[in-house]
Amino acid sequence: MMPAYALVSILVLSAGVAVSGQDHAGTYADADVTAGARVYTALCASCHGTSGAGVGVVDLRRSPLPRASTDAALAAIINNGIPGTGMPAFRLDAADVRVLVAFIRAGLPDAAGGAATGSIERGRAIFEGRGQCLECHRVQEKGSYAGPDLTDIGRTRAATSIQQSLVNPSLVMRPINRPVRAVTRNGRVITGRRLNEDTYTVQIMTDQGRLVSLVKEELREWDVSETSTMPSYRDRLTPDEQNDLVAYLVSLKGTGL
Amino acid sequence: MLIVGRGLGAQITSDRLLHAVDEPQNWLTYSGTYSAARYSALRQIEPANVRNLELKWILQAQVSGSWEASPLVVDGVMYLTERPNDVLAIDARTGRLFWMYTYAGPTDYKVCCGANNRGLAIAGDTVFMGTLDAHLVAIDARNGRAVWNTAVADYSKGYSITVAPLVVRNKVIVGVGGGEYGIRGFIAAYDATTGKEVWRFNTIPSPEEPGSDTWTGDAWKRGGGSIWVTGSYDPSLNLTYWGTGNPGPDFNPAQRPGDNLYTNSVVALDADSGMLRWHFQFTPHDRYDWDSTQVPVLVDAPWQGAPAKLLMFANRNGFFYVLDRATGRFLLGKPFIDVNWASGLDANGRPVETPQPEGTTTRPGQQGGTNWYSPSYSPRTGLFYIPAWENVAGVFKPQESEYREGSTFMGGGYRTTPPVPEAAVPPNIRRGPINTWTDAVAHGSVIALDPRTGERKWTFRMYDLTNSGILTTASDVLFTGGREGYFQALDARTGALLWKSNLGSAQISSAPITYEVAGKQFVSVICGNVLAAYALRD
Repeated sequence: MMPAYALVSILVLSAGVAVSGQDHAGTYADADVTAGARVYTALCASCHGTSGAGVGVVDLRRSPLPRASTDAALAAIINNGIPGTGMPAFRLDAADVRVLVAFIRAGLPDAAGGAATGSIERGRAIFEGRGQCLECHRVQEKGSYAGPDLTDIGRTRAATSIQQSLVNPSLVMRPINRPVRAVTRNGRVITGRRLNEDTYTVQIMTDQGRLVSLVKEELREWDVSETSTMPSYRDRLTPDEQNDLVAYLVSLKGTGL
Repeated sequence: MLIVGRGLGAQITSDRLLHAVDEPQNWLTYSGTYSAARYSALRQIEPANVRNLELKWILQAQVSGSWEASPLVVDGVMYLTERPNDVLAIDARTGRLFWMYTYAGPTDYKVCCGANNRGLAIAGDTVFMGTLDAHLVAIDARNGRAVWNTAVADYSKGYSITVAPLVVRNKVIVGVGGGEYGIRGFIAAYDATTGKEVWRFNTIPSPEEPGSDTWTGDAWKRGGGSIWVTGSYDPSLNLTYWGTGNPGPDFNPAQRPGDNLYTNSVVALDADSGMLRWHFQFTPHDRYDWDSTQVPVLVDAPWQGAPAKLLMFANRNGFFYVLDRATGRFLLGKPFIDVNWASGLDANGRPVETPQPEGTTTRPGQQGGTNWYSPSYSPRTGLFYIPAWENVAGVFKPQESEYREGSTFMGGGYRTTPPVPEAAVPPNIRRGPINTWTDAVAHGSVIALDPRTGERKWTFRMYDLTNSGILTTASDVLFTGGREGYFQALDARTGALLWKSNLGSAQISSAPITYEVAGKQFVSVICGNVLAAYALRD
C-alpha cells in the first residue's frame, strides 16, 4: 500500500531485549536509543518528520508530552493509536515499543547533536557580543526577528550542523530560510526570510521584522537566493571560539512555554 | 426536492450503471462511470463562467484524519463515507443529512496507513461498503440500516478493506488491503442480494494455479497483492480491470525470488466467473513498494489509425502505459516523470531495470510518481491527466523480515532523500499548514499527456506535492486540488489557471466529483475534514 514506513520485526533481534522493563524516565540505554532510531525512521518519521515535529501542533520533543507524560502512556499510544486522529495503532511487540519510547524521549535531534566541547558561558558572550549574532537572530526576548529564531536551535540542529553553518552558512541553510527579494508592481522592494510558500502566495519576515504576505501574480520580480546573508565566521572566530559558540547554541533547548 | 424513482423499486438498475455516462447529473461509481475516466458530460460550468463559482455548502467530518473518499450522487442524494466506517446520506443541494450509519465492528483492525475508506458502490436501493475489519456491508440506501454483513477475510491476519467496491450486474466486487502485513491478496464478488461469495480471484496464485512459477517456495502464502483502489469495467468484453498492490515483504525481493505475479499488475477478469483473461505486470519483482493500485482508465479511440479498445494506466513506477484491453497487449509505455530505476521498457512492456547502487537515490521514491490519486481522461481533448510527484527520490534498504501473523511484514525500509542538506522531507501522507521543505525538495504537477505518444502536452506546476485526483468535464474544465488546500479549475486544453479557492491550508487527498441537482451543476471536493460543494452564483 502506501505506507510510509518499513519494518521492524527484525530489529527486535538486535535491540537488547534483555534489559529490564523499568520505566525510569530519563534513563535510557544508548543501545536502545540507537535501535529506537531505526524503528522511528522506519515507522514514524514519514508523518512526524525526522525532527519529531512533523504533525501539526504535535511535537514529540516536548516534555512532558500532553498525552503521554509517562513512558507507559506513550507506549499505549504507539500500540493503540489515537482514535479519530491520523495516529494509527502500530501494535509492535514490546521490545520495539520500548526502544521506540527510548528514542522519542532521548534520541530526537536535541539529544542526537553530538558532544559540544566548548564553554557555554564563553559562547554566550561571543553570541551576544563580538559575534553580533543578535543583529539578525533572536534568543528568547533578545535580538532581531530578521533571521531564524535560535531559542530552541539545540533541539532542531546537531552540533556538527551548527558548526557547518558558522563556517559555511549557505551550505546547510534550510531551503525555507533562503533570502527572498520581491518587487511589487508599484516598485516597492521587499527583502526578507521566507516563512511559508505555496503555489500562489508567499509569507515573509522582512528584514525589518514585519510579517508580510505577498500574492505572486502581483509581483514584478521574485527571487529566492541560495546564498545566505549570514557572514562566515571561519576567519572571524578562532576554532576554540567557534566551539564555544556551538556549545552555547547546542544548549538552547527552548523555553518549554 | 425531486427524487426520481423513490419508492418505485430498485433505483439503480444494472442498466443505469451501464449507461451512467448518459445521466451526468449523477455520479454512480467511484470514478463516475465504468470506464473510470472521471470525466463528466456536464457543461454548465465552463471556462468563461467558472470564476463565478461560489461555495454552496460544506460538510464537516465528525472525525479528523486523511479523508480519501469519493462520494456517489444518486438523484439528488449524496452517499459518502467518513472514517473509520461511517456512511452519510446527504441532500446534494443543501448538504443536510438524511441519515448516518455507523459501523459497529471491532476497532483493533490492522491498517498500515490510517483508518481510510475510499467510498461506496450502489445497486438497486442498496449501498455497499468494505470495512477496516475486512467485512462487506450492504446498507439500505433509504434508511441507513444494514441489510447484510459478510466477512470477506480475517482482519486479525492483517486483512482490511479500504477500497470502494464496484457493482457489476448483481455482483459487488471488492478486494482486500494488507500489503504491509504479509496477506495473500484477492478480488472477490458477492451477490448483491444475499451477500454470498460468487467468485474469488487470488492475486497471488497457489502452486496449483497459473502464475505460481513466478514464486519460490512458500513465499506466495504472504505474497501481498492487495487491492485498495477501485477498478473499471468494459461491458462489451465483460471484463473488469483492477490494479494490484505490492509484493510482500515490500522492500526485500530476496525473500521472494521470481516475478511475483500478480503483484504490481493490472488483471482483466471475467465479471461473471472471476477467471483471469489476461494480466500485465508493470513492476516485476518489486523492491520499491510500487503498488499498481492506480485507476485503470478505459478509452475507445483510434490507435495507429484503427478503432481500438484501450486501457490507459499512469503507474506509481513513473511510467504511463497504453494496453489493448481485449488482449492485454502492450502498445506504449513512457516515463511521465524523471526516473532512474529503469532505462525504458522492452517490446513487451517489461522494464529494463537499472537498479541504483546501495545507499544511493532511486527516482521515483517510495511514494512513486503518482499513487491512489485518480487520473482523468477527456475524450474532447484526447488528453490523459496525471497528478504527479516530481523530483522525489528515495534510498531503499532491504532487510530480512520474519513473518508473524498479523504483524507488519516489510523487509526493510527506505528514506526519502532531500536533494538539499538539512532540508525538511515532505511528509508521505499528510502535511501540516506550513511548507518547510519547499519546492527545492519536491513539487507536484498536473501533467497532461498525449496518450498516443506519451509526450507532455502541458504541465501545471504546484509549489507543493499533490494527493488530489482530477476531474474533467465536457466544457473543458479540469478540477483538481493539492496539498496546499487550494481547489483549482484549469483549462483542460492548455493548463491555464481559471479559478481557485482556498479551502484552508489542509490537504486534498481525494478526487473531485460533479453532479447536477435542481438544474444546477455542482462540483464537490474534500479538503482536510471538510467536504465543500460549489455551483455558479444564482
